[in-house]
Amino acid sequence: MSGLPILSLMLAIPAVAAILCLFLEARPARLVALAATLVDLALAIALWANFDIGGAQWQFVERADLFGRFQWALGVDGVAMMLIVLSTFLMPLCILASWESIKQRVGLYMAMFLIMEVIMIGVFAAQDLLLFYIFFEGVLIPMYLIIGIWGGQNRIYASFKFFLYTLLGSVLMLLAMIAMIREAGTTEIPVLMNYDFPPEMQTWLWLAFFASMAVKMPMWPVHTWLPDAHVQAPTAGSMILAGVLLKMGSYGFLRFMMPMFPDASAQFMWLVFALSMVAVVYTSLVALVQSDMKKLIAYSSVAHMAIVTAGLYAFNQQGIEGALIVMLSHGVVSAALFFCVGVIYDRLHTREISRYGGLAVNMPAYSLFFMLFTMASIGLPGTSGFVGEFLSLAGIYEASSWTAFVCTTGIILGAAYMLYLYRRIVFGELTKDDVKAMPDITPREWAIFVPLAAVALWMGVYPESFLAPMRGDVTTVVARLAPAKPEGDARLTAGKPEAAAPHGEAHHAGGVQ
Amino acid sequence: MTGDLALIWPELILTIGGLVTLMLGAFAGDRQVGLYQFAALLTLAAAGAAVVALSGTDAAVFSGTLAVDGFGGFAKLIIYGASLICIAVAPRYFGAAMRAEYSALILFAALGMGIMASSRDLMTLYVGLELNSLASYVLASFLRGDDRSSEAGLKYFVLGALASGILLFGISLLYGFSGTTDFAGVATAMAGGIDIGLLFGIVFVISGLAFKISAVPFHMWTPDVYEGAPTPVTTFFASAPKVAAMALLTRVLIEAMGAAGPALAAWQQIIIFLALASIILGAVGAIGQKNIKRLLAYSSINNVGFMLIGLAAGTQQGVEAVLTYLLVYVVTTIGAFLFVMQLRDADGRMVESIPAYAGLSKRQPGLAAAMAVFLFSLAAIPPLFGFWPKYLVFEAAVNAGLVPLAVAGVVVSVIGAFYYIAIVKTMFFDEEAEMAIRSDGSRTEGAVITVSALWLSLVGFLFIPMLAAAAQSAASVLF
Repeated sequence: MSGLPILSLMLAIPAVAAILCLFLEARPARLVALAATLVDLALAIALWANFDIGGAQWQFVERADLFGRFQWALGVDGVAMMLIVLSTFLMPLCILASWESIKQRVGLYMAMFLIMEVIMIGVFAAQDLLLFYIFFEGVLIPMYLIIGIWGGQNRIYASFKFFLYTLLGSVLMLLAMIAMIREAGTTEIPVLMNYDFPPEMQTWLWLAFFASMAVKMPMWPVHTWLPDAHVQAPTAGSMILAGVLLKMGSYGFLRFMMPMFPDASAQFMWLVFALSMVAVVYTSLVALVQSDMKKLIAYSSVAHMAIVTAGLYAFNQQGIEGALIVMLSHGVVSAALFFCVGVIYDRLHTREISRYGGLAVNMPAYSLFFMLFTMASIGLPGTSGFVGEFLSLAGIYEASSWTAFVCTTGIILGAAYMLYLYRRIVFGELTKDDVKAMPDITPREWAIFVPLAAVALWMGVYPESFLAPMRGDVTTVVARLAPAKPEGDARLTAGKPEAAAPHGEAHHAGGVQ
Repeated sequence: MTGDLALIWPELILTIGGLVTLMLGAFAGDRQVGLYQFAALLTLAAAGAAVVALSGTDAAVFSGTLAVDGFGGFAKLIIYGASLICIAVAPRYFGAAMRAEYSALILFAALGMGIMASSRDLMTLYVGLELNSLASYVLASFLRGDDRSSEAGLKYFVLGALASGILLFGISLLYGFSGTTDFAGVATAMAGGIDIGLLFGIVFVISGLAFKISAVPFHMWTPDVYEGAPTPVTTFFASAPKVAAMALLTRVLIEAMGAAGPALAAWQQIIIFLALASIILGAVGAIGQKNIKRLLAYSSINNVGFMLIGLAAGTQQGVEAVLTYLLVYVVTTIGAFLFVMQLRDADGRMVESIPAYAGLSKRQPGLAAAMAVFLFSLAAIPPLFGFWPKYLVFEAAVNAGLVPLAVAGVVVSVIGAFYYIAIVKTMFFDEEAEMAIRSDGSRTEGAVITVSALWLSLVGFLFIPMLAAAAQSAASVLF
């Protein structure tokens, strides 16, 4: 587009700010971090505003032959652009969320978060396979330090588990990348997305990528690092982990596994569906019996991400679009829910659900926001959760009605555990003295809740703003998958693929919820 | 003959410089540290300059026994650079015990290593190796009054002598069954088929050299010697001789045995075994080590295993990967050992126990951050540069069709990551230890640590094109 290398600039600003933060005292470090993330948010909004919907698939492309064997190649399509917007949107909120709760080594903490921002933008913007891997894997170091230094009681176990689990998955993907580069003779992602790998090779490559992405997502049964990491991480760490890092896994599915290995994807559709079904039901049931708020929300993340994988592997327009909206919606809503936990954790310093109760009396504003995000997580029409879940389930139904059936029970279970959580924390008698003494949310917390709530409602009421930039990319992927796509069991008659009226459907399906 | 002399300037400079350093120490006295240090550093710099001046030459001198080529040049530059740093940091460490022999011995060792890296004949190979080894034995026991140092020297000597014997036996077999000690001649003999004598020769020669690179199962000396030897000497052992021995092994395997034909099949499986055994044992053995020098010894065993994966490929790409790996490994290792050298307890003694590093990031944030860079780089976590050579090595293995080896290698590398991040945990997550660790505050060491940490963090990636070109021109002379 313009001559301004906007993506490189978005990477450079937090990187410079991170180095600066290392040398600053607590207060200036907070300010620098906030300023840098806000500037990046402004740039991301500029990116969104200037994105030419229906234009070239790859926009804001930059290329510099810096590394010889691979390139500094950046560029975004609609999907990557929306995920970058999500990351930069959550980042200033994370900095604000840790404004007061982090007191030790603030400079290092802010530097780590800014590095995380660089890495997240890099993962979504990279157009070179090796550059992508470097960013993708690079996330381990800051996250390891964030969990390990500022985490809770059992932080060391959680940080090791996070690091080693994720690393083991990723190294196999690296070998697959080597094989791909050798076969195709290029490291450029856009070229590789249209390269036809031999089918038998695809199977192995798919499995290697799956090892990495499934851990990152995380999919059952390799999800066990997630509850530990979430529970131990500081509030902002959980927000970014649930909000963006999990999306790296599903982004990997959409960017790599589906367009690059369409035959293997079709071949393993049953596996993805099976694991997703188990995950939805199993983790929802596990969430139902949790006594720790953060663990509960962590398990609900696994369940939501399972709907994403199933939606992606429906191989049709609704399924993939729905999965993308679930990704964005879950990014906002789970971050908000973790912040809800953080707000009361900062006041009472416990995550035990039974220690709370009756917050509606003394924290009405908090209860309102918590209610909104609970509803969004359940998927109430009008909130972001509904649009994504409805679309993806409609897509899944087309591919496999049994999967759709099982995944839908997850939504009922989701309502059960979220409402049960809400009841135990917010309703009931306000009996405990220390809970009575808790003040309602502060202006700083308002400043975090309001944007999150606004986006959750916006995405629920007018999802077209978010879907429009991504639609073209979804169509491309669906076309790429079409030759390999197995026939679904729904046998729909003369469906109209241009589902241009999500509102109408929203109304129709409202009763199901 | 005179023409030949003009091509071995680096060796001549090192010989003369080493003798001059020794004389300066003898006549001006060991107290004149500045004087002989200057002579030694100047010698290495001049030898390095001579290597650069000779770049582009591809000749065999002295009746084809010594090669002057890009491959040797590449290895020599790393060797001289590492030796230079090991000399520069020594006086502060040894204090009153500093003597001119230290610098002179390192110069002679560097000379021997240069010959190792450029030998084209089994006899030159042996002469270079022994010159380096003898200097090393003395260096290991340089602190005569210290029991651990003497023990390290003795252990190194006994096991080193055994390895030399094995190597010599292998050389005699190769000579006996091929009728020549010339690498090219041996290769010709091997191309005609491997009989049992040549096969035994290959096994014994590789075993002898595996001792020098401390590949499993010939690694037993490494942790003890690394722990016992004075830290600057350990730094030296972990860096320069590894380069020389690896270059020598590469040359012997590719030039004397051949990268194709029946010999490849014979040596490839030995190297694959050594590689996997080194990676696994290096990773598992390091878990539970409490002494940082012992841990770094196991880390070096582990890293040698990864280099051998590149070598096992037996292709030019594999050799390029090995050369790149060597350079990055040497920079990381030197940085890590200098970090160890910087840390002192309240009485000014070295702190080698890992639990004592608890909470170091609060007391010494800069040093702890640099060490974290080294450790993550050794664990090959991008975006640190340690990732790149590992990538190249695995790429070479995959491209040579050794996919199972590569899969085994990457999976085991995760075990290695465990103990590296365990040290990061000690430094960053744990509460501060009672004992106050302070930094030695030396500017030379600080500068080297800073530069290597920066290079390994992100700057290194910008050097990839340069490094690739250098490694390619170096490796191409062997093929």
